[in-house]
Amino acid sequence: MSILVDRNTRVICQGFTGKQGSFHSEQALAYGTQLVGGVTPGKGGQTHLGLPVFDTVHDAVRATGAQASMIYVPAAFAGDAILEALDAGIQVVVCITEGIPVLDMLRVKAAFEGTKAVLIGPNCPGIITPGACKIGIMPGAIHSPGRVGIVSRSGTLTYEAVLQTTQAGLGQSTCVGIGGDPIQGMDFVDCLARFEADPETEGVILVGEIGGTAEERAAEYIRTQMHKPVVAYIAGITAPPGKRMGHAGAMISGGKGTAASKYQALEAAGVSTVRSPAEMGRRMAELLAS
Amino acid sequence: MNLHEYQAKALLHRYGIPVPSGKTAASPAEARAVAAALGGESWVIKAQVHSGGRGKAGGVVFAHALSQVEQEAARLLGSRLITRQSGPEGLPVHCLLIESPLAIERELYLSLLIDRERQRIAFMASRAGGVEIEALAAEDPEQILMTQVHPAVGLQPWQSRRLGFGLGLAGPQRKQLDHVMRDLYRLFLDCDARLIEINPLVVCKDGDLMALDAKISLDPNALWRHPELAALRDRTQEDPREIAAAEQDLNYIPLSGTIGCLVNGAGLAMATMDLVKLHGGEPANFLDVGGTATAARVAEAFKLILSEKRVKAVLVNIFGGIVRCDLIAEGIVQAVREVHVNVPVVVRLEGTNAEQGLAILAESQLPILTASSLDEAAAKAVAAAR
Repeated sequence: MSILVDRNTRVICQGFTGKQGSFHSEQALAYGTQLVGGVTPGKGGQTHLGLPVFDTVHDAVRATGAQASMIYVPAAFAGDAILEALDAGIQVVVCITEGIPVLDMLRVKAAFEGTKAVLIGPNCPGIITPGACKIGIMPGAIHSPGRVGIVSRSGTLTYEAVLQTTQAGLGQSTCVGIGGDPIQGMDFVDCLARFEADPETEGVILVGEIGGTAEERAAEYIRTQMHKPVVAYIAGITAPPGKRMGHAGAMISGGKGTAASKYQALEAAGVSTVRSPAEMGRRMAELLAS
Repeated sequence: MNLHEYQAKALLHRYGIPVPSGKTAASPAEARAVAAALGGESWVIKAQVHSGGRGKAGGVVFAHALSQVEQEAARLLGSRLITRQSGPEGLPVHCLLIESPLAIERELYLSLLIDRERQRIAFMASRAGGVEIEALAAEDPEQILMTQVHPAVGLQPWQSRRLGFGLGLAGPQRKQLDHVMRDLYRLFLDCDARLIEINPLVVCKDGDLMALDAKISLDPNALWRHPELAALRDRTQEDPREIAAAEQDLNYIPLSGTIGCLVNGAGLAMATMDLVKLHGGEPANFLDVGGTATAARVAEAFKLILSEKRVKAVLVNIFGGIVRCDLIAEGIVQAVREVHVNVPVVVRLEGTNAEQGLAILAESQLPILTASSLDEAAAKAVAAAR
């Protein structure tokens, strides 16, 4: 078991024949992902990386039965690509693209409401179920199949949590990078609920950062609904107020969204928090051993 | 991207939202001429800088004679205005907005923004105009009214009614508020705004609503759709170090500590700063070289960090995913040779081709310390900076 994707998930790539799409499709294939084709408008009928290319997502779904899509379309066209995937019946839409205009994402967000499909991202590393399915830009080699679910707003910081749990011998059930944008698809709570229900996940590492109130909402969910142990780290305790720290979502304004307030909420919910990003794996190992 | 008040007001005016009569001036003589053309007996002179708190900093002044307009303009133009938001160096004043004062009955607050919690565009309003809304939100959240707009449904009449009654407006003003909100929403969508803030929105003695101050922030990711708005950018209001960094595709924010940080990924960059602090040091900067760092960009990043004289050590923390650590190592070696680094450099490489990267550093014979874990790297950098 795992969440959202496994070895049977049939995946297509939007932006398949582009530089990014090609590179990461090759990596996904090498990892063993069931990549079954791709979409590049105007190149339908061609073959790329030994797989069929389609003009539209609808064509691709009809021909391949794809359930998931990874999107490497440039920012100007990415919102449209996500909406096309949703309409074509894709259940797990993973958008890696960075820099999509906020207004585009507001429309996308509204379109997903009331549907069963999920959006991961944008501006994220993607999702991986180790040993089974890699959809995204994460380095496959640091992962190992195992017991810990990881959900994170940051790319490279997710890799830290992955490496530490691999080195601790715990491994990962599934890792989801939900991205750093202010308007995004799945949030912490959506992922925590799935990890809670997944029999293979024994504990969860949550990697948050300053800005917004997603961590506070996660804390509320953990306090009221969750039974599995959670370890949390929040990046940005040293960040000055009002400055945007790389991610469009990472900004403290008006005393809200600080690392301190997030730590407080998580600790009040019984989460085991670490102040050092080097401690995530070790702390999870301690919790799962006791 | 932030706009100046005068640019924001020009947009508001174009969309039909009432603003005071006024004009910009770039010299004392021009300021006098603008005031004379506006007429009346008194004028408001407003320094155009990208910061709030201008009034308290002396950047908004009243003048009661044309000679005084000229005097105040001479004082402000060419100076740097230090506000509570600007940092100690202040922001340069190149342009003034001269306006006719209004007879004000009430001051309200109205803004249109991205509500992250509800994932919608939202209007925010309050009876307490002219104050800092963040402080109000913290102290007295009951005073803040909000209404979210569904992108497909659009702004509806009940929403302005609700805010209008909530603000205690009389019938004619409620109708005006409805117009203002519709126009603002249209402006927000047309311009890909991230924030439009009218603080205060005033009720004049004659009963009319007017935008006394205005702040507009645009979505930088959508500027390609609006070349005419992109042209409004005023680089003099931005930190030149941050501009230089952005040109290299680096994300750089100078801070006040002594340990320079060079990291790939925004989250990891923040985490590295946190670790430095946990080990008793102070970070000199936030710097994200991005997910596709190359040797050349790493070299540029080094130069940027070392341009700050207070930097006593540099901590490089790279988790190679797509980025290959051997390429990063080449960049480090190239940079250390080119810019004659005379402070200790601590490098932690992890992930793709980390071993090759460490071998390149070792072969270079340069005085570079390596670390095999996050903790070790931070500890070594803090020790080296002492």
